[in-house]
Amino acid sequence: MSHSKAASIFNKDEKKVNWHDKALWFVRHKRDKSTHTVAGWEELRNLGHGIKAHTLSNLDTYLIQFEENALKNGIQVHWAADGDEHNRIVHSILKEHHAKKVVKSKSMLTEECHLNPFLEADGIEVIDTDLGERIVQLAKEPPSHIVLPAIHKTKEEVDELFQEHLGTKPCDGDPQYLTGEARKHLREKFIQADAAITGVNFAIADTGGIVVCTNEGNADMGAHIAPVHIACMGVEKLIPKQEHLGVFLRLLARSATGQHITTYSSHFKKPREGAKMHIVIVDNGRTEQLSRPDFRASLHCIRCGACMNTCPIYRRSGGHSYDATIPGPIGSILSPGKDLKKHSSLPFASTLCGSCSDVCPVKIDIHAQLYKWRQIITKETPQPFVKKTSMKMMGNIFSKPMQFNKVGGIARWSLRNLPKGVINSKPNVWGKGRDLPIGPKESFDTWYKNRKKDE
Amino acid sequence: MLVGLFIPCYINQLYPQVGKATLELLEKLNVEVVYPSGQTCCGQPMANSGYEYESLGTCTNFVEKFKEFDYIVTPSGSCAYHVKKHYDILPESEEVTKVRNNIYELCDFLVNVLKVKNVGARFPYKVGIHKSCHGLRGLRLGSCSEKVTETYSYIGELLNEVTDVEIIELTRPDECCGFGGTFAVTEEAISVKMGKDRVQDHLDNGAEVITATDTSCLMHLEGLVTRNKQPLKIRHIAEILNSIE
Ligand code: SF4
Repeated sequence: MSHSKAASIFNKDEKKVNWHDKALWFVRHKRDKSTHTVAGWEELRNLGHGIKAHTLSNLDTYLIQFEENALKNGIQVHWAADGDEHNRIVHSILKEHHAKKVVKSKSMLTEECHLNPFLEADGIEVIDTDLGERIVQLAKEPPSHIVLPAIHKTKEEVDELFQEHLGTKPCDGDPQYLTGEARKHLREKFIQADAAITGVNFAIADTGGIVVCTNEGNADMGAHIAPVHIACMGVEKLIPKQEHLGVFLRLLARSATGQHITTYSSHFKKPREGAKMHIVIVDNGRTEQLSRPDFRASLHCIRCGACMNTCPIYRRSGGHSYDATIPGPIGSILSPGKDLKKHSSLPFASTLCGSCSDVCPVKIDIHAQLYKWRQIITKETPQPFVKKTSMKMMGNIFSKPMQFNKVGGIARWSLRNLPKGVINSKPNVWGKGRDLPIGPKESFDTWYKNRKKDE
Repeated sequence: MLVGLFIPCYINQLYPQVGKATLELLEKLNVEVVYPSGQTCCGQPMANSGYEYESLGTCTNFVEKFKEFDYIVTPSGSCAYHVKKHYDILPESEEVTKVRNNIYELCDFLVNVLKVKNVGARFPYKVGIHKSCHGLRGLRLGSCSEKVTETYSYIGELLNEVTDVEIIELTRPDECCGFGGTFAVTEEAISVKMGKDRVQDHLDNGAEVITATDTSCLMHLEGLVTRNKQPLKIRHIAEILNSIE
């Protein structure tokens, strides 16, 4: 389904749209408040951008350095070319340890690779332990936001869901009660887990360590109890030095939720006594994106979600309307690189207002990349005949001033003289919710010429 | 200083009063201004729809018509932005570079080239400024709420000097109106919803008039206000600055 179709379905419930828009705007507003107290914020963004650009330009060196250091620390390192290989590696590690119950802290990469169904097919239980992730998991839905996976759900909906799956009492969506119940339920799962899977926010080349940021401490809880910790990361998570965290941790938390720092910034450097630690490094289309000069900066992304919170379209269409693992503006420049045809409507789900690029903590020129994808999509994927022809006609008319005047005259006459019912009728999508301007008698062009004659 | 006036295609055909106001305002300020005949469009409608290559003839015509001028002034931030930002599809030449460097959105031209802020206008209404995105974040005609920079706004500075005007603060100072060119049609539902919300913000804060640097945003908002019979007038900033009500 195209984005516009999904979005128009979402918009049938205007109250819900308003609620969704306000909830996300609130987060954007919190972000503003916390960034505007940092005098050097723009300089931090420059640094974030620069460090990421440098790392990506030297990715091979840093990856090898990271692997060497991680191995020295006693971590086992695996390489996966794509999602399938990633899933097979994780599966084989779990098998090796006879792991049947797995707790997972939030990882968009494992979503991208569809790890859960892969493991579940072999009878392995995977529990997402981030509260929002657990909610969408129970609802059998994908996350609709990368930081706030269940932002599309109201507390009343969560209430019902928990009654059904966790046997909670009806509570009118009381957040405190619901969180408490989720906490009890998840504690059980943590204690029983044979293995813990986490994502990675930053992988540090010069130490071989990784950093995972959560607000619920669920990554720590999993990794500290289970005998095996598997951390899955895309190749772009690398930063050269430990000290660079001073830039990125500040950028990430403030941009994501307006916090000065995430509640838990957990550093993992080596396995606990008697436990095992694995890192799976995944490509899955990233090096291909790196090879596209116009789009490589999309790999700078630190997954803060700010571009979603700020996007006026995302806020009013919901994350699921993008039908992609990563929704919103950043998803709309990443997804076409993976499957141009499937995601061809996404770069058009934007007014190119540019708010995403200005909010992005690592200065990805998102709206410029949306524009560039559009140019590629119209050439490389089948386009509706009407759109193609009208664009060609427009191009013709505008290159020939005489024709432009003639066509303009007809249009103005029609707007002036045809009844409103005709003008705003079916084929005119504009007219569904809006009036068209009343066509003036005279164009500016004609007025100017007459005026000159009179002088 | 000879200024070439660029009147975007939709203003030319549908909102000639905006073109007239721009011309009269510039003349009032003693600018020698010419409207070169044979101009059509900057190519933006095609390019933003992904058909940059179909706009080559249009862009070539634009450069041809405007290459002689010291400055090109237009009452549209998005057209000025398009010429500046996207005319790299034309083979680079002295003429192309000159046109790209010399094009100015009207408020930008008044504040930064003519260095005037008080243009002698009077407009006794409560006005909300819709900060059109391409002007705001493309041409940086003002500071935006995302970035941590000094606060400024060319359109605001000009409007501030207009006699008897009351500028209304909006709850969301620079949210997009949802026009977005063909987006207005291909993403109709969202476009209309965004526009409605933008209008509501103005109503909630007591505006009587919505103004902007771009007629395209205003056409969209006017379409909604008229359809929904809301008590708001829509005026391009050139019309206000040229007003002596
Ligand atoms: S693109 Fe930028 S704003 Fe969007 S999620 Fe990534 S880092 Fe955050």
